[in-house]
Amino acid sequence: MGADPSAASAATTSGAADTDDAAEAPIHILWINAGLSCDGDSVSLTAATQPSIEEIALRALPGLPKIAVHWPLIDFECGPVQGADNFVEWFFKADRGELEPFVLVVEGSIPNESIKPEGYWCGFGDNPATGQPMTTSEWIDRLAPKALAVVAIGTCATYGGIHAMEGNPTGAMGVPDYLGWEWKSKAGIPIVCVPGCPIQPDNFAETLTYLLYQAAGSAPMIPLDDKLRPTWLFGATVHEGCDRAGYYEQGQFATTYDSPKCLVKLGCWGPVVKCNVPKRGWMDGIGGCPNVGGICIACTMPGFPDKFMPFMDEPPGGKVSSTASGVYGAAVRRLRSITAKTVDKEPKWRHTGRELTTGYSRPW
Amino acid sequence: MAPATKAGDGSGLMEMSWDPITRIVGSLGIHTKIDFKQKRVAECYSTSSVFRGYSVFMRGKDPRDAHFITSRICGICGDNHATCSVYAQNMAYGVKPPHLGEWIINLGESAEYMFDHNIFQENLVGVDYCEKMVRETNPGVLELAERTEAPHAGDHGYRTIADIMRSLNPLEGEFYREALQVSRYTREMFCLMEGRHVHPSTLYAGGVGTVASVQLFTDYLSRLMRYVEFMKRVVPLHDDLFDFFYEALPGYEEVGRRRILLGCWGALNDPDACDFTYRNMTDWGRKMFVTPGVIVDGKLVTNDLTRINLGIRILLGSSYYQDWEGQEQFVTHDPLGNPVDPRHPWNQHTIPQPQKRDFDDKYSWVMSPRWFDGTDHLALDTGGGPIARLWSTALSGLVDCGYVKATGHSVVINLPRSLTKPETTFEWKIPKWSNALERNRARTYFQAYSAAVALHFAEKALEEVRAGRTQTWEKFEVPDESIGCGFTEAVRGVLSHHMVIRDGKIANYHPYPPTPWNASVRDSYGTPGPYEDAVQNTPIFEENSPENFKGIDIMRAVRSFDPCLPCGVHMYVGGGKTLEKLHVPTGLSGMAG
Repeated sequence: MGADPSAASAATTSGAADTDDAAEAPIHILWINAGLSCDGDSVSLTAATQPSIEEIALRALPGLPKIAVHWPLIDFECGPVQGADNFVEWFFKADRGELEPFVLVVEGSIPNESIKPEGYWCGFGDNPATGQPMTTSEWIDRLAPKALAVVAIGTCATYGGIHAMEGNPTGAMGVPDYLGWEWKSKAGIPIVCVPGCPIQPDNFAETLTYLLYQAAGSAPMIPLDDKLRPTWLFGATVHEGCDRAGYYEQGQFATTYDSPKCLVKLGCWGPVVKCNVPKRGWMDGIGGCPNVGGICIACTMPGFPDKFMPFMDEPPGGKVSSTASGVYGAAVRRLRSITAKTVDKEPKWRHTGRELTTGYSRPW
Repeated sequence: MAPATKAGDGSGLMEMSWDPITRIVGSLGIHTKIDFKQKRVAECYSTSSVFRGYSVFMRGKDPRDAHFITSRICGICGDNHATCSVYAQNMAYGVKPPHLGEWIINLGESAEYMFDHNIFQENLVGVDYCEKMVRETNPGVLELAERTEAPHAGDHGYRTIADIMRSLNPLEGEFYREALQVSRYTREMFCLMEGRHVHPSTLYAGGVGTVASVQLFTDYLSRLMRYVEFMKRVVPLHDDLFDFFYEALPGYEEVGRRRILLGCWGALNDPDACDFTYRNMTDWGRKMFVTPGVIVDGKLVTNDLTRINLGIRILLGSSYYQDWEGQEQFVTHDPLGNPVDPRHPWNQHTIPQPQKRDFDDKYSWVMSPRWFDGTDHLALDTGGGPIARLWSTALSGLVDCGYVKATGHSVVINLPRSLTKPETTFEWKIPKWSNALERNRARTYFQAYSAAVALHFAEKALEEVRAGRTQTWEKFEVPDESIGCGFTEAVRGVLSHHMVIRDGKIANYHPYPPTPWNASVRDSYGTPGPYEDAVQNTPIFEENSPENFKGIDIMRAVRSFDPCLPCGVHMYVGGGKTLEKLHVPTGLSGMAG
């Protein structure tokens, strides 16, 4: 990918767009992966196919603006701080107002750097003034006011996530906790949160694509809910898209983890979790969570992980409804089995022999 | 170990730093002092600038949560942590999963190797060897590559070495883009077995939640055979590319070279042998499909997991932690009655002490794991994983499943006929050096190895399904008091999890992935960590002057270890200025806008 937009322009071969292309200033994407993170969201994005990262970078979708991505995971540039092609220099350029416009992507939760006498919980590059690592919080302080938009990728950056667990030493929090939930960019865009641990690949690729269309003037303000999530991705619950919900309705609950039935009594929080994975699959429709035997541990939620642990215990709220569906479901199941037997048989007019019994009256 | 030369004594050393290093996982900084006259790196410090504190916030939690939590340690090999944690839990709970559950985990983990090595090799490391990079660092070498016919052009389709390099150019390169696609269908294979990538949804202590059907294994096998076909092109392609560097740059074997000090904790259990008891660990450890081992100067010291376990020591010295000396010892003896050292992970206390970075004192969040052989605290490395795995498996000569056979001096990999290519055999022979190019070469061979053993696992799994044995999970109870340890090979090498349960809760939990070994810092004995040591030995072949210097040889040395620092590291060269005094370099001063 790299900072070099020539890769992107090399992809356009002919047509009027080409002429515009040369003059068009790219939108820079500055990616800080040095929150308290595992880089899982960066890695996950490389799995996206709808669209893929190369399709975004090479503008395989019509109307996408030119971009220059500064993404540690796969960036071409990696020169020394004191020599040629120094990667982190792009971030200093943005700070000096020399990159316009840019989108800031933050991966990982933001530790509280004020709770200790010295040192740093996390840094990204060095601060030239001190020779010490430049903290991720300081980068956000410097860059967020200048950004076209700030995007938090993954449940850590959005809401704190696993590293903000009870008993953590760093005081970790999400970007909205750090900047303020009402924060808006200079372009009037709220913090865009794409939760998930990690993000479902296409969910993020799609959000990024949306923002690029918005930046190009071809899409309205990105629709977000009160937790700053894209509404079209996080509007429904896991359970609403889970193909095991039929078992739930019929009161059939798994008692072992390898059962194909509904997992709510074994720890699945799907009925109250906003996430589209069972409906969408993990990648290209393959994989998932409860739909393939993995309890939903609610990794997209602000309350994750503390409000869902121990993960393998039955959610307390699930007991009442699953008991109810146990009674109702048994009756439904009996009736369905009668109907199922009926529909499992072919109609009686499908047979061999000289007689036609379909009800058709022969003209001869 | 290379002697460290001090700058500021009129020696003309220049400080240069790379921070953060791109095309790795996590934030790593490398700080060096380079002698441009001698064209050598004199001194190197690796530093990690992110601390999260898993061992701290896991205390007091339900032990069954451990694999869900520890998976989040790493975004590219989190499933290795989940697997290792499940192994440690199985031991602590005394549960043995059904065979089929184990084959499914093996298939998932094999797919993880196939995915991860592929994306790292072609899309991260490969860029260091692409036409664009070689043009910018060694134009003379590119000219030679244009004139050099690729010996295995018939296998991979690229006529010259320069054609291979062009195919690796980011985004424009044909092979670069193909590899991205391969990284996707291998992740689909993974998701079939473990639900989703990289943090699995279907792994549990006691087995997996994956519903085992004929469809599951057919979907996997169809993709696996595409990968087998792919590897028949990739192994010869990389052999050609890496062999060329030895030829084009005489002496290149010195880049990233260090003493042979390799560790491998074994991977991919055989359910017929593995009962997850500590008592029998030595035996079932030797039945793993990747054999554990410690290798010193080319000799196998041990392949006994029990001895390996007891030899692990966590030293401090240059890290931002308070020592735990005098604190409570959780485990004084292992279940066989052997004494357990206070510096062993079972007994570790993690006490963070954030402070300023000072390369003469404390400079990283990474600790210094070492392996005690009875005399020395060895700074083992994993070489990124594959080189240690192949080396250890080859020397032990224990693995033989038809598709893979260890001979005592090599590993033979047999790939069956695929869509357009005939049956093919590759043999990985123990190399002369532990250096950057051989680490990279081993990565490619281990991709073929993973595909080969996965064929075996798929056959075994289908046997179970066809026989009607479709149970994949076994019930268990969490005891009030217990201990457990898990050993596996993460993609990048050795991985151990040590857990202590008290009152039914986690009393202590310490995961040790490969990168703490490789990215470790100078310990209390002054021994540098493997990156530091390997980079300190690295000669500079780059044709650029100090002003245009990229440090490609240093980057190749570091990336050959496949750094994975959801922790972080730093290297240093100072703006072309000679240092006046020995001090922390001031970073960005004097940099061109």
